[in-house]
Amino acid sequence: MATLETTFAGIKCLNPFWLASAPPTNCGEQIMRAFDAGWGGAVWKTIGAQVTNVSSRYSSVDWNGQRMMGFNNIELISDRPPEVNLREMSEVKRRYPKHVVIASLMVESKREVWHEMVQRAEDAGADGLELNFGCPHGMSERGMGSAVGQVPEYCEQITGWVKEKARTPVIVKLTPNIADIRIPARAAKRGGADALSAINTINSITGIDLETLEPRPNVDGKSSHGGYCGPAVKPIALSMVQQVMSDPLAALPMSGIGGVATWQDAAEFMLLGAGTVQVCTAAMHYGYRIVEDMGDGLLAWMRRKGYERVDEFRGLSLPKMREWKHLNLNFRVVAEIHAEKCIGCQLCYTACWDGAHQCIHMDRMEGGMEQAVTGTDPRYVQHEANPQGKPTPAMVFAASMKTIVTTPIAKLDLDGEGLNSAVTPLQRIPRVDVDECVGCNLCSLVCPVPECITMERVETGLRPETWAERAESVKA
Amino acid sequence: MLVPMSEATNFFSKAQRTAEVAARFAELHPALEKTAAVTEALRCLYCFDAPCMGACPTHIDVPKFIKKIASGNLEGSARTILEANILGASCARACPVSVLCEGACVMHRYNKQPIEIGRLQRFAMDALHASGDPLPFTPGNDTGKQVALIGGGPASLACAAELRRRGVRAEIFDTRPLPGGLNTYGIAEYKLPLAESLREIDMLAQLGVEFHFDTMVDAAKLAELEANYDAVFLGVGLGAIHRLGIAGEDLEGVTNALDFIAGYKSGKVHEVPARVAVIGAGNTAIDAANAAVRLGASEVYMVYRRGPERMSAFAFEYEHAKQEGVKFLWHAEPVGFVGKRKVHGLELARLEGSADSSLVENQGENFMLDADLVVLAIGQATHTDSLLGEKVQLDMGRIVIDRATGQTSNAKYFAGGDCTNGGREVVDAVADGKRAGVGIVAWLEGQHGNA
Repeated sequence: MATLETTFAGIKCLNPFWLASAPPTNCGEQIMRAFDAGWGGAVWKTIGAQVTNVSSRYSSVDWNGQRMMGFNNIELISDRPPEVNLREMSEVKRRYPKHVVIASLMVESKREVWHEMVQRAEDAGADGLELNFGCPHGMSERGMGSAVGQVPEYCEQITGWVKEKARTPVIVKLTPNIADIRIPARAAKRGGADALSAINTINSITGIDLETLEPRPNVDGKSSHGGYCGPAVKPIALSMVQQVMSDPLAALPMSGIGGVATWQDAAEFMLLGAGTVQVCTAAMHYGYRIVEDMGDGLLAWMRRKGYERVDEFRGLSLPKMREWKHLNLNFRVVAEIHAEKCIGCQLCYTACWDGAHQCIHMDRMEGGMEQAVTGTDPRYVQHEANPQGKPTPAMVFAASMKTIVTTPIAKLDLDGEGLNSAVTPLQRIPRVDVDECVGCNLCSLVCPVPECITMERVETGLRPETWAERAESVKA
Repeated sequence: MLVPMSEATNFFSKAQRTAEVAARFAELHPALEKTAAVTEALRCLYCFDAPCMGACPTHIDVPKFIKKIASGNLEGSARTILEANILGASCARACPVSVLCEGACVMHRYNKQPIEIGRLQRFAMDALHASGDPLPFTPGNDTGKQVALIGGGPASLACAAELRRRGVRAEIFDTRPLPGGLNTYGIAEYKLPLAESLREIDMLAQLGVEFHFDTMVDAAKLAELEANYDAVFLGVGLGAIHRLGIAGEDLEGVTNALDFIAGYKSGKVHEVPARVAVIGAGNTAIDAANAAVRLGASEVYMVYRRGPERMSAFAFEYEHAKQEGVKFLWHAEPVGFVGKRKVHGLELARLEGSADSSLVENQGENFMLDADLVVLAIGQATHTDSLLGEKVQLDMGRIVIDRATGQTSNAKYFAGGDCTNGGREVVDAVADGKRAGVGIVAWLEGQHGNA
């Protein structure tokens, strides 16, 4: 029977869903409720020398009616005294011995200070340690957080200090605010880290109040750049996780972080090598209860795919990521519009003309379907723009504006049929000129109807060839 | 009475709407709340060359104004609507959107839930009115030209607005004391309150449209206008409602739908007797029947010679009337009114369809329908009078025009609206008036060029 139980860097986990070090893991009371809701683990809100936070702290980016597509914060590490956090940690571990509690730590860059904090956290019962080398705001100004993560030497050195003392697995949390995330990841690995977690939040300004001109979040009329997270950052996080996991000098057990909100998100991080995932924004948005469907949905998908354990699919998509130069240039797809599904919105048409390669036309009524297909590949047989002289979108629009229409009178104008809105008029269904289609996907991406525009493989008759191979053969 | 250009008008304040009428004629389609409007606007796919725009006789760029609601640019949204349709607020409420923009929405083929374009349009227009801002247009530089517009309905108003924007003086002549024609006096109050029609016309007055009220244009007046103005626009609408031509038609309590609707909308009619019969099955008949229900009748019958499959009312109007509690007597024809001084009932003959779809009377089966108010709604007469016929070519009583310019057979005369199309919607009249306004200016420029 499929199970979500797994082991991460030697730590036994009831499931791979952890709460990230953040406000949802601020105190023991919260973490125990989270465990009751189904979370397998929690990374305690970063413990270190006590701080004072500002008010306000969060801001977000809404998109098309949805709240918090992206979220940012300027909150610091825990503002509770370490002894309170550690006392509560002991209590959580006593009551929830099977659940994972990771102590996130951040202290000043002194060996003995790190040693002391590691000792205290492990004495409190932490199952592992996460070194916060990623926090991009506030703490970095004090030489901690991303100020460490951005300098590989510091990253390696502090990881080494921690490893001198630690008896539990050490996870280094990486900052994305760096040109190449593999560099600090390699440093952490050299320093002896047992695992990595990525990504921390991304430097950001979420927006500006257009009345007051004050950026958000607003602290007495001023703001400071905060850490960006939420659904908006997932693609960036996936890319960085893949970069690290595909690099033999950096790869370690990975706890994936960044925009995870659903079981699909979790599966994607795992397919790129993550052993567990950490969640914050989604839990801040909707509460701990979201974990139920993460587990339920992931298990259903695993059963459908025939996986018994998460380890069986972990990393399976990594070999499918290549450098661009190793992609097959002789693979070709072209767009196919399935007319029976088309609703006539013409978004593909305007997108192709303005955003792509002008190969979708509104000419089914003007003989477009009879246009001969020559089978040329526009990537090699370059045409002048719009070689068939088709009407531009502006011409199509202007023609519509000139039409004279009147309100239909039922029975008189429509022969009693009534307005037939169930069928898309043929003149509104776009046509793809396959000889001009470069196979970019744009039309299929903007089409609101599932499966209406599909990208169909065209046999080129050529053996696979990459750019690298072509460059080699040219040299030879 | 001439309202001069400089004087700010306030037709809106002349609307006499009692709280009781307001309560009885609560809005059929209430305004959208702000977050609901934005949510609905975000649902719009933003089609290119959108079918809704194509289906609108005035070609309002619907996706454009809807996206401006979504982006919070309400000022731009209203301007987008008004660019195409100067009576955008009235049309938002009065249009049969299910056979126009909303009927054409691609969502019918997507998730079966068309965008609520009418209510979104109203949202944008209400926001403009609430802001107190004038129309986002200014009169054009004075060309020294002037046009007389006969009839103060939507066609003339739309034509006048186009003329003013192009620097042509526009003077409207109307027989009624308030402007707007059927837009003001003829649309069911639960769709478009009289006051809302006037509010919109106040904004046209700010653009410099001039009004002559209580003015009947007879042959002498028409000759005067033709002589003194550079062009004449005929927006005269249709004539009186047909009469049945049967005994007792002049009894007290027999009226016609236009007078009845105008009566309650302008505050002259406050209540109706318990039993009301409406003759006819068009959209106006339904408006009258629903109004009778709301004005207190306990039993309202619509009487129609044919069956429901042949009624000319929109299907949604028929459904609405049924929901209001209106009852229907199909295949029945009035043959006489009953009553001494006041009407008390109708004598009806049963009709049967024949093979050639003409109707034949079913002899000996006449029956009575009690009614203390009978409202005739069997269509309006067209213009067969010699006044117009002498000036312009008519076809079955309709003024013949070039659809693109509104020009009639007489170059100086332009026309639009019901008098040209036999009676359609406000939006059709606005579209006609808009094209005619542009057409008149082009013709005047041509005249000037030739001179």
